[in-house]
Amino acid sequence: MAGVNLENIVKRFGAVEVIRGLNLNIPDGSFTALLGASGCGKSTLLRMIAGLEETTDGTIRIGETDVTHELPAKRGVAMVFQSYALYPHLTVEQNICFSLSLAGVSKAEQKTHAARVSKLLQLDQLLDRRPAQLSGGQRQRVAIGRALVRDPKVFLFDEPLSNLDALLRVQMRLELAKLHQELGTTMVYVTHDQVEAMTLADQIVVLEKGVIQQVGSPLTLYNAPINRYVAGFIGSPAMNFLAGDASLGGTPLSIQLQGGGTVQAKVNAQPTQPNVEVGIRPEHVRIVAPGAGHLPGTVSVIEQLGNTSYVYLDTPAGPMIVEADPTQSHPAGSQVGLDLDMAHLHVFDQSGRSLSVTV
Amino acid sequence: MTSPAILPERGMGDRISAAFWRRPRLLLILLLTPPVLWLGIVYLGSLAALLLQSFYSIDEFSGVVKQEFTLKTYAELFRAQNLDIILRTLLMAILVTLTSAVIAFPIAYFAARFAKGRWKAVFYLGVMLPLWSSYLVKVYAWKLILAREGILTWIADHVGGGPLLARALDEQWFGGSSLSTSPLGTFIVFVYIWMPYMILPMQAALERVPVSMLEASSDLGASRAQTFRTVVFPLALPGIIAGSIFTFSLTLGDYIIPQIIGNSARFIGLAVYQFQGTAGNVPLAAAFAMVPILIMLVYLWIAKRMGAFDAL
Repeated sequence: MAGVNLENIVKRFGAVEVIRGLNLNIPDGSFTALLGASGCGKSTLLRMIAGLEETTDGTIRIGETDVTHELPAKRGVAMVFQSYALYPHLTVEQNICFSLSLAGVSKAEQKTHAARVSKLLQLDQLLDRRPAQLSGGQRQRVAIGRALVRDPKVFLFDEPLSNLDALLRVQMRLELAKLHQELGTTMVYVTHDQVEAMTLADQIVVLEKGVIQQVGSPLTLYNAPINRYVAGFIGSPAMNFLAGDASLGGTPLSIQLQGGGTVQAKVNAQPTQPNVEVGIRPEHVRIVAPGAGHLPGTVSVIEQLGNTSYVYLDTPAGPMIVEADPTQSHPAGSQVGLDLDMAHLHVFDQSGRSLSVTV
Repeated sequence: MTSPAILPERGMGDRISAAFWRRPRLLLILLLTPPVLWLGIVYLGSLAALLLQSFYSIDEFSGVVKQEFTLKTYAELFRAQNLDIILRTLLMAILVTLTSAVIAFPIAYFAARFAKGRWKAVFYLGVMLPLWSSYLVKVYAWKLILAREGILTWIADHVGGGPLLARALDEQWFGGSSLSTSPLGTFIVFVYIWMPYMILPMQAALERVPVSMLEASSDLGASRAQTFRTVVFPLALPGIIAGSIFTFSLTLGDYIIPQIIGNSARFIGLAVYQFQGTAGNVPLAAAFAMVPILIMLVYLWIAKRMGAFDAL
């Protein structure tokens, strides 16, 4: 078991710089999610840790060992591919034991390992099948088994659940969480799905354009995003952003919402320009009688989920989503007032930096 | 009112297409009848006629075909001179197939893994171009290339390979007075002529191997040689088998190349040609023609048993 340490990592494809001077520490035994929109460099970063992609500059350490220019096989990592990359001409057992047979392990020993791993992943009934005869979830488990059998220091997952349907994805997510609890091995997990990252990881790394935006626990990222990108990326439905004018210098900062009332926000830094954005999550807004609250709004669509409902509104400060009591009905087109919970406001300056958190 | 949602019927075409829509089976029958008739009667029918003929025999005095069931004709295949033809053809087909596979693999591998855009076009053109010119022209061109005064001998002499070539031509079982009159020459031309049929299926099979499978293999600790042996080769095997079916069966059946290039030793194709023509022994020709079919069936059965199609 070991952690992973990345120092000043740079990756260039020709003239294009995909990752620029990235520093990251992945603690031993953690479940770290690399989260970002497609093209942010998260998969490239994972492939660099795996050794499938040459590192242009910087140092990669696994445990205490510098593996920057080491062959993939020598790094002690095992990767689970998005497409599973199972060998169609081999049975499940042969796929799982592929690395062992390459290493020249005896057939009997291979069988013992296959039995151990397949029991853990509930594949024991399927050992003689070929990948073509398996369902998506079973293939996924074989791919994990193939990595598991090597007893790696670090597991690398490249969007492992993206090829599964919604129901199976939730189920596999649970199984992965259980697996991590049982093994306690460091896992690095690439995903573009913030729900996956929130539910699985104990450390989330939000990447954009090859630059780390924020590293932290799921709750830190949710409650104290350090910039507008992280605030908008984490959470579903996403945070609402409202345009406003701040009166500079005051504490708490008083902000006049566009077309609405004034809110008081606790800030740790002062904006340099008066025009700021106020961020607030859907669950921190209450629908009140027309004319009351901080903002007027017009209901456009309502989504009923049973336990809760999401009301989509148009306000003078921009469109908003509000989590509302499902027993109350808000017909489309009706006028309402919106009351913002001022303890949960996030204020972003023009550059997108959050003024509400201390960095 | 805007335009109506149901459009009016417009003539014959709409009515026919509506009829087909109501009875999908009718369309299927109409589409399938011509090819099934062709395949059933012309293609399989002639094959059945061939099989039937091979069970007849020829009256040795009158030279007339006796239409009675007998295995006598098949027994004749095992006479020394006929068995000789079969074994010679089989050996040639095996050697041509193996050599084609060895030469084609790097070409197909390069085309599948590394060639992009313009180079891919160059590859396809280079492989297919020879197929566009006449088979006979190519064979006669090779006769000149391989002749005693031909370019190959000339090159061999100039790079100091003359003695080596002479030494090879002295060899009893594949030599001759020149390359164009030796079995070695026949072999070279066979390999050249059938090469595209080996490269193309191989390239198609190699191209279907996803890069992630190669990456997974190196991640799981395989050296390049191990990746080739345990991943690339097994996954390319269906393509190699498909290519070898072409080179193998085409060599088994060809009767022109051995006539033009080589020492006029007879091959199965040539035997079939001569027995059904000048000799008028159609049953023996038919029996000879069944040999490649049987060999191919055995070959495919062995290939299947060895798991060549597992990756399909």
